[in-house]
Amino acid sequence: MAVSVNEAVSTGPGRDHTPSTRRRGGRGRSVLEVALLTVLAVVMLFPVLWMIETSIKENRDVYAIPAKFFDFKVTLDHFKDVFAASGGGRSALSVSFLNSVVVAGVSTALATVLGVPAAWAYSRFSVKAKKDQLFFILSTRFMPPVVVVIPIFLMYRQLGLIDNKLGLILIYTAFNVPFTIWMMKGFVDEVPAEYEDAAMLDGYTRLQAFWKFTLPLLLPGIAATAVFALIFSWNEFVFAIFLTSSDSVRTAPPAIAGLIGGTTVDWGLVAAASVVFALPVLVFAYLVRKHLVAGVTLGAVRR
Amino acid sequence: MGTVAVHGLRKSFGKVQALDGVTLDVPDGSFFVVLGPSGAGKTTTLRAIAGLEKLDAGSVHLDGRDATGDTPAARDLAMVFQSYALYPRRTAYENIASPLRARRCSSSEIAAAVEQMSSLLHIERLLQRRPAQMSGGEMQRVALARALVRRPRAFLMDEPLTNLDLKLRVEMRTELTRIHRSLGGTFVYVTNDQVEALSMADQVAVLKEGKVQQVGTPTEVYERPANQWVAGFVGSPSISLLACHAEGDRLVGAEGWTLPRPRWTTAENGRPLLLGLRAEDLSVEQRGDASLPGELYGLEPLGDRTVVDVQVGTEMLKVKARPTFTGTPGERLHVTVDLDRAHLFDAGTGLALSETGR
Ligand SMILES: Nc1ncnc2c1ncn2[C@@H]1O[C@H](COP(=O)(O)OP(=O)(O)OP(=O)(O)O)[C@@H](O)[C@H]1O
Ligand SMILES: [Mg+2]
Repeated sequence: MAVSVNEAVSTGPGRDHTPSTRRRGGRGRSVLEVALLTVLAVVMLFPVLWMIETSIKENRDVYAIPAKFFDFKVTLDHFKDVFAASGGGRSALSVSFLNSVVVAGVSTALATVLGVPAAWAYSRFSVKAKKDQLFFILSTRFMPPVVVVIPIFLMYRQLGLIDNKLGLILIYTAFNVPFTIWMMKGFVDEVPAEYEDAAMLDGYTRLQAFWKFTLPLLLPGIAATAVFALIFSWNEFVFAIFLTSSDSVRTAPPAIAGLIGGTTVDWGLVAAASVVFALPVLVFAYLVRKHLVAGVTLGAVRR
Repeated sequence: MGTVAVHGLRKSFGKVQALDGVTLDVPDGSFFVVLGPSGAGKTTTLRAIAGLEKLDAGSVHLDGRDATGDTPAARDLAMVFQSYALYPRRTAYENIASPLRARRCSSSEIAAAVEQMSSLLHIERLLQRRPAQMSGGEMQRVALARALVRRPRAFLMDEPLTNLDLKLRVEMRTELTRIHRSLGGTFVYVTNDQVEALSMADQVAVLKEGKVQQVGTPTEVYERPANQWVAGFVGSPSISLLACHAEGDRLVGAEGWTLPRPRWTTAENGRPLLLGLRAEDLSVEQRGDASLPGELYGLEPLGDRTVVDVQVGTEMLKVKARPTFTGTPGERLHVTVDLDRAHLFDAGTGLALSETGR
């Protein structure tokens, strides 16, 4: 996410200036701009830097007062502890990372498979009360997870989905489908329906026309949408902590949170686990950064 | 093998009534042109025939069989879209091949057909390009090739020549007529260009605001416009209309002029009429007694002829004259009228008066 923040910061202001302010400001303006951006960058990035530093400091340096910024000994012990248990074998944390991969991956795949055709249908066909339906779909996203977690907990208990990866997958899918529909509807609207019309006259069925002609044009949009969904599922904390308890089912966010508490906190381990946890998101965001910005602005322009 | 008949097509988009009871009968093997101004419902008519538009009412019959509920693929038609609708990720070759691929032709058949089409339409050197690498006119020709590559029941063409430059357009007009003659298929051809319609069509249907105004051969539509609007839309320069009424054996203009009453008209005295006069039926040379006094307003030299604007009272007449004609604005002159070729319309309804006596 840091990547997209940086991009937004560096491109945003330049574009938004009206010519008059730019003329009046001249050079002084840009100095002020740089100063503000530096402050912003430090404030935004310091916790991240500190986390990374802590993850590679020896325990002695972690607790040193005054804090050591530069002259500490580098060690990868904390990262080893993230993956390997002290008695040998896998650590509980590494299991939770694996769970996160499964839960986020499967729920994103499900949301994409369900959401993309739905978005296509909303874009192409006249549906009764389309606007109301779309608003209703979106409104499920307004709901803060904490509000619904209790009823869902009760329902899940009846269904035996408590402390079950399937339970998390289902709830994340349910949250990501509306998002996918909304994002993808914008992308589908951008693809002229006449490609499908032409394909149908060529002799293809409507579904073939969608599959062969429209879907390939949607792939960048699908990638961007899927990354958003993936990040949501990967980061999700509230449902995960309420609906799972055992180490073998827990995803990473509650597992990492579980490290804090007790009499002593192993900050080095917490920091290392956080770095490992943040890494996939950063990598994905970096890979699709163009589409992320395009996708977001697309939506902004449309409505 | 390819008749297209639509009956009572109605289609509205929200408040816009795009089609308001369109009925057309396209005979097998004919070059049928649907002519109308922008927004008349031409594209919507074609899409209805193709099965791309859900109709509010009406039926589509193909080869005499009711095809109203059929899928576009089942209708066995080919269409050139106004926006070309070429597949953006595919080369011209793949675009042209698409209808054959969809119908599972062998790749050698496809190669032969695409080659034939591309030489017919002079697009051989474009075959490996994608639409983004082509000009509008080139895309239009590729779109034509994609439609013509197959032998469907009928070809639907939505303004396929509008984006070509004038020279190429005239060439393609002849080319398309030739293709039509050699392929022998049924063409439903949409255009807003009356010259195209008159020069290419076996039959023309004139469409306005979702209603068919007139169907007929180009000559019929030009020589016997069904109403004032068709008369004004077809023909260039457009027809001049003068308010008048009949009085005994004279036509008396609202501007005070009089002309002998045309023999063929039966209009009763005093009924408000519009006299329609085409530029080529008027002359700036005075002969006979059928003439209108006017004042020269302006000249449009067009090379092979000069169009003279003549002001008669507050109304304007467009008169065709020799290219050598000269005059100064404000000059008084007389415009001779060929009353046998004049048109009379009811000023209230705009409908042409019966011309049975002609
Ligand atoms: N999908 C649509 N949604 C709303 N209105 C439409 C739609 N398609 C067509 N219309 C309206 O229906 C009317 C007829 O449109 P149509 O496209 O058939 O006109 P046309 O004769 O093809 O015009 P042009 O020569 O400009 O292509 C127009 O007023 C148009 O605005
Ligand atoms: Mg059109």
